[in-house]
Amino acid sequence: MSMPFYVAPEQMMKDRADYARKGIARGRALIALQYIDGIALIAENPSNTLRKISEIYDRIAFAGVGKYNEFDQLRVAGVRAADLKGYQFSRLDVDARGLANQYAQILGQTFTHEMKPLEVEILVAEVGLTQEQDQLFHIMYDGTVIDEHQFTVLGGDMEAIRTRLVERFVPQASLQNAVKFAHQALSLNDQQIESSELEVAVLVRNNSRRCFSRLSEATIIQYLA
Amino acid sequence: MFSFEQDPGANFGELLKRVGLSPFGDPIPANEILVPHATTCVALRCANGVVMAGDRRATSGNLISHREMEKVVQADQFSGVAIAGAAGPAMEMVKLFQLQIEHYEKVEGQSLSLEGKANQLSMFVRSNLPAAMQGFMVVPIFAGYDTLLNHGRLWNYDATGGRYEEHDFVATGSGMLHAGTVLRMGWKRDMTVDDGVVLTARALWEASVADSATGGPDALRGIYPVIASITSDGFARVDDARLKNTYDEIAKGVGQQ
Repeated sequence: MSMPFYVAPEQMMKDRADYARKGIARGRALIALQYIDGIALIAENPSNTLRKISEIYDRIAFAGVGKYNEFDQLRVAGVRAADLKGYQFSRLDVDARGLANQYAQILGQTFTHEMKPLEVEILVAEVGLTQEQDQLFHIMYDGTVIDEHQFTVLGGDMEAIRTRLVERFVPQASLQNAVKFAHQALSLNDQQIESSELEVAVLVRNNSRRCFSRLSEATIIQYLA
Repeated sequence: MFSFEQDPGANFGELLKRVGLSPFGDPIPANEILVPHATTCVALRCANGVVMAGDRRATSGNLISHREMEKVVQADQFSGVAIAGAAGPAMEMVKLFQLQIEHYEKVEGQSLSLEGKANQLSMFVRSNLPAAMQGFMVVPIFAGYDTLLNHGRLWNYDATGGRYEEHDFVATGSGMLHAGTVLRMGWKRDMTVDDGVVLTARALWEASVADSATGGPDALRGIYPVIASITSDGFARVDDARLKNTYDEIAKGVGQQ
C-alpha cells in the first residue's frame, strides 16, 4: 500500500499562493482611482465584449483581473447577493463592505479547501456621497481584504504601475486627467497602450440612482488625444 | 453559488424561488378580503414615442383608500408600466419587474429587448393567476420606445398573462370603457407627444366623471394624474404645473356657466 507523501501545511499554502499569483501576474492590469466627481476604473482589456469592469448595484462597481471565467462567476454572485438584499430589505442596505466580506469568504474558502485556488484578484468600489466616503476594497486570491484609499492597482506588474501612478495621482483631477494618469501608469516601458485596448467605466457621484456608466471608445480617444 | 442545474441565470424571479423569497404561487385562501384597487390607466402611441397616463385613486369597495397612488411607473430608461387591479400585488409585480430588467442587464451585460420585457411581464401576470382567481387581479399596460425599431410600442394584458400588442392606444381598469372611447375619438396617426398628453389627460377626466373608482384632477390638494412620455430621449414625467394648465383648459371648455 502506498502512503501519500506528507506535505507541510506551510508548504501547501505557499504552493497555492505561488500558483495563484503566477496566474494573476500573467494577466493585464487594472486601476481604480478617485477623481473629482467619483471613481474611475480603467483596465487594459483587448476585448470589446468580455468585460473586466461591471456594475453590481446603484453605487457599487466590480472589477476583476486574472482568469475571466472565475471572476465572472464572482461578479454574477455579487449581482445576485446585492439584488436579493435590496429586494428583501431596502436599496440603501446594500453596501460594498458587506459584499467585500462575502467575496472574501468565497475566496478564502476556495483557497484553503479546494484543490486549486481562484486565480483572481477583485475590486469592489462604492462611490459615497462625498469623496471621503468613497470605498475601495481590494480582495486577494486568498480572501485577504485590503481597504484601499484614493487608488488601487490590480494584476499585471502591480508595483511598477503603482509607483508610476503615485507620481501623477491627485484626488481633485478631472475625469479626463484621471483617465490620462491611469493610461500613462498602465503603459509600462513607455509603450503606449492603444485606446481601443482600454476599458473605462465610472461611478459618478450625482443624483441619479444608478451611478455606473461606461465610457464609449470615442470618448476615450477624445480624452487621450 | 449555484450548481449548474440549479443556476437561475439572469432570471431574478427564479433566483427568488431558489432562495425561498418568491412572492408568487401561494393562493390566498380568503375570498372576501377587501383590498385597495387601483383603476384607470391609458397609453397611446404618437409620432416619436408613447404617452402613458394613470389616475391617482385607489379604492376599497366604496371607500377611497389612497389619493396619491402612482400607477404609471418607469420600468427602465425606455419603458414604463401602468397598473390596474389589486394594489398590493400590482405594486409587488412592478417592483419585481423593474428588478428583473435591471438584474438581467447587470448579469448579461446588455438590456433585454422591448419585446423581451413585454414577454417577461406577461409571465409575471400569468404567475399571479391563482391570486387573480381569488379576486386579486392585476392587469398592466406595458409601453416603451423600441430602440431597435425606432418607434413606440404598446402592450395590453389579460389576467391569464395573455399579451396583446396594440398599435394605436390602450386603456385598462374600471374606467377603461370611458377613457378608451375618448382615445378612440381623439387619436390621430402621428400625433405629437404634446397632443398625446392632452388627449390622455382628457381620457382620464372623462373616466373620472363617469366612474367612481377613478380619481379626477384634485386642484384642492394639487394632485394630478401621472402622465409620462417615452421617446428616444427616454422616460420623462410631465410635471404637475403643466398638467394643472392642461386641466384648467379642459375645465374651461366643459364648465357650466
